[in-house]
Amino acid sequence: MTSWPILSVMTFLPIVGVLFIAALRGDDEAIKSNARWVALWTTLVTFAVSLIVLSRFDASSSEFQFIEKLDWLGGTGSYHMGVDGISLPLIILTTAIMPLCIVASWRAIQTRVKEYMIAFLVLETLMIGTFSALDLVLFYLFFEGGLIPMFLIIGVWGGPRRVYASFKFFLYTLLGSVLMLLAIMAMYWQAGTTDIVVLLKHSFPREMQPWLWLAFFASFAVKMPMWPVHTWLPDAHVEAPTAGSVILAAILLKMGGYGFLRFSLPMFPVASQDFAPLVFALSVIAIVYTSLVALVQEDMKKLIAYSSVAHMGFVTMGIFAATDQGIGGGIFQMVSHGIVSAALFLCVGVVYDRMHSREISTYGGLVERMPVYAVVFLLFTLANVGLPGTSGFVGEFLTLVGTFRVNIPVATLATLGVILSAGYALWLYRKVVLGRLEKPQLAGIKDMSWREIGIFAPLVILTLLFGFYPKPVLDVSSASVTALVEHYNKAVGGTKSAGLVK
Amino acid sequence: MYLAIVLLPLLGAILAGAIAIVGARRRFPGAEPSDDHHGSHHAVAHADHDAHDDHDHGPAVPAAEGSRAAEIITTSLLAIACVLSWIAFARVGFGGAEERVRLFTWIISGDFKVDWALRIDSLTAVMLVVVTTVSGLVHLYSIGYMAEDPYRPRFMAYLSLFTFAMLSLVTSDNLAQLFFGWEGVGLASYLLIGFWYHKPEANAAAIKAFVVNRVGDFGFALGIFAVFMMMGTIDLDTIFAQAPSLTGKTINFFGWHADALTLICLLLFMGAMGKSAQFLLHTWLPDAMEGPTPVSALIHAATMVTAGVFMVARLSPLFELSPTALAVVTLVGATTAFFAATVGLVQNDIKRIVAYSTCSQLGYMFVAMGVGAYSVGMFHLFTHAFFKALLFLGSGSVIMAMHHEQDIRNMGGLRKKIPFTYWTMVIGTLALTGFPFTAGYFSKDAIIEAAFAGKNPFAMYAFALTVIAAGLTAFYSWRLIFKTFHGTPHDQHHYDEAKESPAVILIPLGVLAVGSILAGFPFKEYFAGHHVEHFFRESIKQSKDVIEGIHHVPLWVALTPTVMMLLGLGVSAYFYLWRPDIPANMARQHDVLYRFLLNKWYFDEIYDFLFVRPSLWIGRVLWKVGDGKLIDGLGPDGVSARVLDVTRNVVRLQTGYLYHYAFAMLIGAAALITWFMFSGGVR
Repeated sequence: MTSWPILSVMTFLPIVGVLFIAALRGDDEAIKSNARWVALWTTLVTFAVSLIVLSRFDASSSEFQFIEKLDWLGGTGSYHMGVDGISLPLIILTTAIMPLCIVASWRAIQTRVKEYMIAFLVLETLMIGTFSALDLVLFYLFFEGGLIPMFLIIGVWGGPRRVYASFKFFLYTLLGSVLMLLAIMAMYWQAGTTDIVVLLKHSFPREMQPWLWLAFFASFAVKMPMWPVHTWLPDAHVEAPTAGSVILAAILLKMGGYGFLRFSLPMFPVASQDFAPLVFALSVIAIVYTSLVALVQEDMKKLIAYSSVAHMGFVTMGIFAATDQGIGGGIFQMVSHGIVSAALFLCVGVVYDRMHSREISTYGGLVERMPVYAVVFLLFTLANVGLPGTSGFVGEFLTLVGTFRVNIPVATLATLGVILSAGYALWLYRKVVLGRLEKPQLAGIKDMSWREIGIFAPLVILTLLFGFYPKPVLDVSSASVTALVEHYNKAVGGTKSAGLVK
Repeated sequence: MYLAIVLLPLLGAILAGAIAIVGARRRFPGAEPSDDHHGSHHAVAHADHDAHDDHDHGPAVPAAEGSRAAEIITTSLLAIACVLSWIAFARVGFGGAEERVRLFTWIISGDFKVDWALRIDSLTAVMLVVVTTVSGLVHLYSIGYMAEDPYRPRFMAYLSLFTFAMLSLVTSDNLAQLFFGWEGVGLASYLLIGFWYHKPEANAAAIKAFVVNRVGDFGFALGIFAVFMMMGTIDLDTIFAQAPSLTGKTINFFGWHADALTLICLLLFMGAMGKSAQFLLHTWLPDAMEGPTPVSALIHAATMVTAGVFMVARLSPLFELSPTALAVVTLVGATTAFFAATVGLVQNDIKRIVAYSTCSQLGYMFVAMGVGAYSVGMFHLFTHAFFKALLFLGSGSVIMAMHHEQDIRNMGGLRKKIPFTYWTMVIGTLALTGFPFTAGYFSKDAIIEAAFAGKNPFAMYAFALTVIAAGLTAFYSWRLIFKTFHGTPHDQHHYDEAKESPAVILIPLGVLAVGSILAGFPFKEYFAGHHVEHFFRESIKQSKDVIEGIHHVPLWVALTPTVMMLLGLGVSAYFYLWRPDIPANMARQHDVLYRFLLNKWYFDEIYDFLFVRPSLWIGRVLWKVGDGKLIDGLGPDGVSARVLDVTRNVVRLQTGYLYHYAFAMLIGAAALITWFMFSGGVR
């Protein structure tokens, strides 16, 4: 379709930015300032390129598009890139969130600015690469590579317990990735290739599928994160700098969901069906358990982190329901959660930058000094609660609709999360924003600056737009989702919902 | 035109909201975060001063800029919408010009497809008229009632936002849009109850309203899922067409092979119970009185709380197919009507009394729905909107006259001071209690007669309870009037200062008073008489026998409600006009019963004990024990601890085996590298 390797350009543009930043010389202040500007422009141009990809993307086709293929590693693996309706929304999400992260770090990060920007740009390359790689080895490199910059962002620019948090993060993810590497090797020996496009059509022997599925599951479940391997997330969020939390919540968590959609479901359909009850159970536990835990949190970031785990529970549940609505809703929920959770962490960042505290009890009555902040925070609180008219509703609703057809008890229990989320989200809002401003240290607090409003503006617009008109996202993914569902149903034989209605 | 009716209030909300935000921003300009976060002393002093302010007035801040503009914009837009609604009512109700306006696709995913669309039929037209009329009057009233409030643009924006959500609820053409309006009014209710955000009780009540409603919405959402699973669509027309083919099918719901239609109806009804504050899910409504009084009139009396009734009427083609579900509706409605009336007997807060009477009247409407008399239920919804809004706005006028005093024990003798308010309140009370030839008389008696004629297992139960509740209603409604307006003043200071409200408040009262008298008789035939079929046509599904049954009840049944009403009035007058010592003695003698009623059957305490505390307790346990001890203990923390243990043991044992040393060295090297990595990064 295109004469230039647009995917590679998009993926490696941030690296070009890295080179520029690395080459910066001069006095300290100049380097800081230039590094910020270079990073911002790099991410903006990358975003622009991703929009070109979007505009040229043929949403009616379920095939991979913008294919690029080069031999690599002596023919064992290949440099194979391409996107379809499942990966493209996540790529756009990545490129769209990145510039906001850079702007959000503009003043909050004052030490090692150069290195910080480099870490973010490298991370962007790795994330885009993860979503567009069509070769297992390549995917693995991008997927695991993403760990390193994130590990550094938490470990270097994080809070007081950053060492513990990044250690925990690393330990969990490492465990998963080792198993996934073993599975990738097994797949290569069995199928003779690491090309994802070929593997998607390859049917793995029945007795092999469960093992491969489990190995991949170990890795993706940690990334999601699913209960009970979620405990790294609250700690990582709490210690990470604001922009780090944003990237973590908005994009890194989506890699697990993407992995389920790209590998587990289409490559091991039989195992997926066999293990679906396990995933359902873990998802429902995640939704109810973490929502209850969120009710009693005292730290704003922890509360939002636990709510993220609950929202990701809807995604895994929807994906393994393997219906159009479940998977389509799952993808939508990932995009929506990317926007909403990013915004919520940014909301925490706004007051953290002012008061240097994340404790809920530090605040109260902010509405009396920060009216714009109160409005913005309210909107995202409601989106988090899944109020119709915000993007949060569409994803939750579709995943539940899709799951209800397959498994009524699971969908019913998951819907309980709707009640609990209202409880913890509104409670947080009340404690932080509402009430009287009585704490003397808050008396001089100032509302958001125009820079901060500028960060939120696109997120506000998207949250409302996708709430009322989610079609742009749903349309991009629909052909691929339908193809995936058909492929899955053919592999497991017959539709499953038929047995339920008597 | 229909689109204009729905969108004009939204436009008003956006404009008023913009005025509110711009004004607030100018007062509190933003700034980049700085490390100097020690507030100025002046600001601290100001905050301290706020804390000692009168709790009802809010902080002493100047009125927001553009308050007047916001009021004029929202109120005039609402007035236009109201006029258009009455035109629509005439066109659709009497002219038969039903219409469906498709706007654009909302959600599409596989075979799941939902549009934004407006559905205008007689049922909708009735609601349009009710919503825009009451809302328009409440907007006008608010200009007077909120005159001293510094946040008027925000208030007007919320009111208009609510109206928009309510209108999109009543015009919905599919269940998802209904849900949108449903949660939208829930949001507006949350915002308005918590409007005075500096009051902790208001914030608590707002959250309670939202969360309890969410419990209902939980059922509603499941109902939608079940509809989609069984029928593959959630568009109303298609559902109604397909519903008959579902009879006899079952859904396996947690091992219970439930009749599909019954399950669907019951789940959807759960939503209605939450929104309409029915028994078990009613606890939020009395607390919602923390919001400003115009809000109580608009949302918690005339419109939002009737959404549940509207929903059952809208889905009557489904409910008609499930006798079990209808029986449950009757049971819940009758129980609520009775329960709320008993609690209303002993309350002392003027707004809470009216709130419980609302709860009780909603129960009446559900009784009508349950016995299949949908049009009769809608009739009561229609008349109730007028007299209940009147009673709330009248209470507001009293509260203003009494300088934000709400306890009727501190009132008395006000009829001489505020005669206009008094007379309109009396008209409202006459209508509420079903005094002959007022609006409430026609609709309420029709419900009681329909219950008598009803065929379902709880019809007689409903008849008995609604008759008793009619007596109780008369008692407590007149008690309110007598204690407030008659007798001797209990608070001489407030009494002396009491004065009649301004015209902007009295006009809505007058209009509603006229409505409370006239909304009954002219519409009687269309809602509960011979023209029902001609008026409602396809918009509700009601069997002809129901109206026939109402017309053929024995005379004693037709007279009972009126007798009960007179009885209640008489006892009330005796107790509170001539022998005020009797009720006090009774309360003392039946202390347990009195407390039981005063504490609203202890529902709040029971729910707190059953749900709220356990949730928090479980949450804490899961967090500290589940996440902290078990998962982290066995997982990452455990692993690192074990590694250290092993290392220590290795060192202690000194076995001399080479590989032990090698292992220890490896661990040490790894630890060292990790250590360097971290400390290297830390400056």
